[in-house]
Amino acid sequence: MTTALKDYFIFVGRCARETIHGDWRYFLWMTALTAVALLGLNAYAKQLVIGLSVTGMSDQVSWGLYIANFTFLVGMAAAAVMLVVPVYIYKDETLHDVVILGELLAVAVIIMCLLFVTVDLGRPDRFWHMIPGIGKFNWPMSMLSWDVIVLNIYLALNAHICGYLVYMVYCKRKPAPLWYIPFVFTAIVWAFSIHTVTAFLYVGLGGRPYWNSAIIAPRFLASAFTAGPGFLILTLQVIRSVSKYRIDDKAILMLRSIVQVSMIINVFLLFCELFKEFYTDSAHVASAKYLYFGLHGHYGLVPWIWTAMVLDLVALVLLMLPQSKSLKYLNLACVLAIIGIWIEKGMGLIIPAFVPSPLGEIVEYFPTLNEWLICAGIWAFGMLLYTLFLKMTLPVLTGDLTPTSSPPA
Amino acid sequence: MSEEQKSDSPGGDISRRAFLAAAATAAVAATAAALAPLKDIADLPSLEEFLRKHYKELTPADKKAILARIAEQVKSKYGVTPNVTDLPPLDGVEFGYALNIGRCVGCRKCVFACVDENNQSRNPEIQYIRVLEMKKGSIDVESANTTYEGEVPKKDSYYMPVQCHQCRKAPCVKACPVEATWVEPDGVVVIDYNWCIGCRYCMAACPYGARRFNFEEAQLTAEDVNPEMGYLSNRPRPKGVVEKCHFCLHRTRAGKYPACVEVCPTGSRKFGNLLDPKSEISTILQTKRVYVLKEEVGTLPRFYYYFDI
Repeated sequence: MTTALKDYFIFVGRCARETIHGDWRYFLWMTALTAVALLGLNAYAKQLVIGLSVTGMSDQVSWGLYIANFTFLVGMAAAAVMLVVPVYIYKDETLHDVVILGELLAVAVIIMCLLFVTVDLGRPDRFWHMIPGIGKFNWPMSMLSWDVIVLNIYLALNAHICGYLVYMVYCKRKPAPLWYIPFVFTAIVWAFSIHTVTAFLYVGLGGRPYWNSAIIAPRFLASAFTAGPGFLILTLQVIRSVSKYRIDDKAILMLRSIVQVSMIINVFLLFCELFKEFYTDSAHVASAKYLYFGLHGHYGLVPWIWTAMVLDLVALVLLMLPQSKSLKYLNLACVLAIIGIWIEKGMGLIIPAFVPSPLGEIVEYFPTLNEWLICAGIWAFGMLLYTLFLKMTLPVLTGDLTPTSSPPA
Repeated sequence: MSEEQKSDSPGGDISRRAFLAAAATAAVAATAAALAPLKDIADLPSLEEFLRKHYKELTPADKKAILARIAEQVKSKYGVTPNVTDLPPLDGVEFGYALNIGRCVGCRKCVFACVDENNQSRNPEIQYIRVLEMKKGSIDVESANTTYEGEVPKKDSYYMPVQCHQCRKAPCVKACPVEATWVEPDGVVVIDYNWCIGCRYCMAACPYGARRFNFEEAQLTAEDVNPEMGYLSNRPRPKGVVEKCHFCLHRTRAGKYPACVEVCPTGSRKFGNLLDPKSEISTILQTKRVYVLKEEVGTLPRFYYYFDI
């Protein structure tokens, strides 16, 4: 047992050594990400000293950009499942070689999610109150306690699967099914659970009619399965251009089919929601009205949401057309869809629920520069992590790093 | 990885090491610079505070020590010696509140009496009570104005003050991930300001907009401080936690009225024991036309509105 552990740590150590090697592009990329991450850290240090008054949030709009990003990213993390399902359930090997890259993305993104929740806390020093056993965990009543559990377990599941499978490739051993198949199938269910629980966080609040809609969880999943694989389409092309790892166009086109179907469902569900809100035209439409058309002379989110609508629709049309079988158009469609969904599901879902407030007050929310910097910092840190993970695993997957290969200089 | 970097020549190795060492040094220096603002942090918790247990798990000795510590902190910060208590709920008492919507003139004396009583931050000023100026002919809060000015009451308006409704099925209590807010046996929803993590999920959950967040350090002067303090009620709150109306627990558990009831010039505010059938509040609930706000959300408030005729 101890030798096995020792071998594993030697493996991790050797993978880690890979991260200090690379060409100038790699170091430039890492330096840029580090710089942005540090700007974010600096902004967070200011927030810690002064308080959340450095954000644009108020008693009326008590959640903002942090929770918006958190919501979007939970979806990105859940989307790894869209690569796992074809391979493990339908035994379709097209995506076999990229599954692990999707799971690594999930690990990095879940860490970003946890960071976004942390920066939103007024008392981060009391985070341990949320740790089951030593804190006081309001489970199963609080949906937030559910979210803490499912996110952390999802992180552990994916970290284990990646760590184990890559190690087996490194050792040139066939992975023992018992050590990964149960985890893979649990992770499939878990991916749905993290995004469903995150949706229930909002859905369960009777005092916020804009959120109190059963369609939010399905909408979350549809938009996640668009944005996540969309992001991977772009990432995989970068990976194959900067590394020796071979990724077939076939895999990318299979992801296109996933993005295509998800985007159709996503737009359809959005349409259902909009119909319910605007055709009914009850008092509960106020939030949606504020979002799309402005309310009593306040138009803060109108430019945002219409940008998102245009991006979503152009992406949808592009994805439906055969032209998007060419990577150039596919990439464009993915970029548009990701940005569109980020707006629609982030700012477009979180903020309107607070406007008007339960007492009818209209207080608008505009993120401050400090808030933007913290968000940019977390995004940069997440990309930095993902790059490191790839840097560690790709040499193993390409067969360059083996127990007997000579260490790089 | 290019062949060049894989070269085993000793010269390449040394320059690579030098480069990495320089990069690591630069990264450490930049991180230190990024963290520089932290040197101004003024409210780091002491180890004792950091490791403190949940209110419900405190022994009487723990509580005593904590109350003494709070008193000391107030004294060193404001130069005022407070009387910090933690009065227990009274047996056979469930507090209820009724507000006569026909009499309220919207003068907001309650709003300011509350601020004076409860040691809220004065800048930015935190107020627990919002008075809604409603257009006659509508009970839609969206048509209300909370920032009205000038002489009151206005002819075409009526006034509906809103504060924490102390719900029997409180969405905020359900939402809190760490049980920092709960319903006391006398029906008051309280917050342990030393346990709240500041996630503000309770604020999202509250259908009455009753909860307030300390976005920064509370600003109070020595004259502002009310030295009669309760642990679960009006002691000064730290930065980054949620607070709200608590029916002036430090007063009401000692048999007094809440500050807002006492100050109301029109007698629109009534407070008492719901479990005593002869109390004023029980009589009102039995004999007047009573309603609760947003009944459809099913929160079952202990805060009622009524009118005479």
